[in-house]
Amino acid sequence: DRKSQEMTMHLQQTFNAAILTSLHPRSQIDIFVEVLQSDGGNYCASVNAATLAVIDAGIPMKDYVCACSASYLGDSPIVDINYLEESSGSPEITVAVLPKSEQIVFLEMNGRLHEDNLSKVVDMAVKGCKDVYGVLDRTVREHVSQVGSSLET
Amino acid sequence: MRDTPLSACEKNFIIKALGDRKRLDGRQPYDYRKVKITFGADRGCCKVNLGQTQVLAQVSCEITSPRAVRPSDGVLFINVELSPMASPAFEVGRMSDLGVEINRLLERCLRESRCLDTESLCIISGEKVWQIRVDVNVMNHDGNIIDCSSIAAIAALAHFRRPDVTVDGSEVIVHPSDEKDPIPLSVHHMPICVTFSFYEQGKYLLVDPTDKEEKVMDGKMVIGMNKHREICTLQVSGEMLLMKDQVLRCSNIAVVKVTEITELIQRALENDRQARLNGKKFGFAESEPTESILTNQQEPEEIQATETQMDEDSEEEKGMNGDLKTERKSKVKILDKGVGMIGEGGASTWGVEDNEMTEELQKEAKVTQPDHKEVTHTTGTLNATNCVTLKIDLN
Repeated sequence: DRKSQEMTMHLQQTFNAAILTSLHPRSQIDIFVEVLQSDGGNYCASVNAATLAVIDAGIPMKDYVCACSASYLGDSPIVDINYLEESSGSPEITVAVLPKSEQIVFLEMNGRLHEDNLSKVVDMAVKGCKDVYGVLDRTVREHVSQVGSSLET
Repeated sequence: MRDTPLSACEKNFIIKALGDRKRLDGRQPYDYRKVKITFGADRGCCKVNLGQTQVLAQVSCEITSPRAVRPSDGVLFINVELSPMASPAFEVGRMSDLGVEINRLLERCLRESRCLDTESLCIISGEKVWQIRVDVNVMNHDGNIIDCSSIAAIAALAHFRRPDVTVDGSEVIVHPSDEKDPIPLSVHHMPICVTFSFYEQGKYLLVDPTDKEEKVMDGKMVIGMNKHREICTLQVSGEMLLMKDQVLRCSNIAVVKVTEITELIQRALENDRQARLNGKKFGFAESEPTESILTNQQEPEEIQATETQMDEDSEEEKGMNGDLKTERKSKVKILDKGVGMIGEGGASTWGVEDNEMTEELQKEAKVTQPDHKEVTHTTGTLNATNCVTLKIDLN
């Protein structure tokens, strides 16, 4: 159906921009994503999971790709919205960034948002991405040290 | 069928020209092409020309049962068709990636931004609601289908009139247009999509790219906005990296463009309304210029041409002069009873053997014929050809 086709295209574009494909000529990298349970933020969770999978596979990337969503409810921006907040009709911004350089790889907005609030909401989403980056990086380092120590023994 | 790829020298030319802030058709980087909006004789039919890109949108309505989650809301269904008429790259059948992208963008821009008041489309809550269907057909692709389609869709929705209904208990009476005037849809605001294309990793920015410029771009951004400066949809696609300030700059440019285009749509709607009110003719036929002088005159040009010698011995010449000598009447030669010949070649050599056979048969006949007579003498001689000839004396 159209929605999952659209998400497939977006994921492909996101990772095409982040993975150094020139280091793997004449090869195809397949990323399969399965959403087990959905409570809003499908795209964000998929991107974060795929980033970890690609790092674990040892495929070189420009930087971690972290994604986060944000919205504007009442008169304040909120970060990481769930299904209830998504379906309430408020605007939703989904952002995927490379955290160190704060470069936006993917940006999508649904709903209606006034232009003046755009900057605040995008800032909120980017900050959320940076927090996600902190968690991902910590996890990767822990995992590597565990694997490394078990190899030594 | 695949589209012819853009040559490398054309690509380099376009990018180099961008460095000097020049475009192929002479526009400024933030300029739109000429937008022409015309309405058809039917309500809800709108054709938009954006330069050479042409899109036709048609709105229709139907009574259906509502969705289970929203029993008192009407349904807005949008369908964009990329017909092969528009470009050799488009194929019939399964929707390509581009088709899915445009469909989703328009759906988000029009449906999820709540530009149409769906609650006013309800007839009997939970049972009958109006389903408004917008069919957008792309007739010619010269870049920026998204913008053109969004203008056509929203103009068609504003132009459309649905039949009036009265609810009598549980009965619904739909009045035809000659009984009661059809009523317009309640369009809250008009979201228009503006497409930006990026080149050289975001260094150069263009508004309303043509087909060639689209083929060269790194990535694009679509901002759907209305004139109240509310962003209805935003999507960054393509494999490029952007900074936040670029996004904000684009949204500022989009505000200006959207106000211009919304004004154009309003003016076109007003013209159409006036024409219908005053009894003047309206529709596509009227909007085509018919009283222009259509002649094309060209000055005689000097052409360099090398003289060719006429070869007298050429067979072709002979063939071309007058009668065709190769023409022959097909004659059928009759050689013998039941034997015909067409064409060259000698007589059939099978005839010799046949004659021998007939001779032998005749002899047998002679032998068998006088059966009742006694055979007194029979002499046989062996010929050199191993052919026995019988000579029979009969008394």
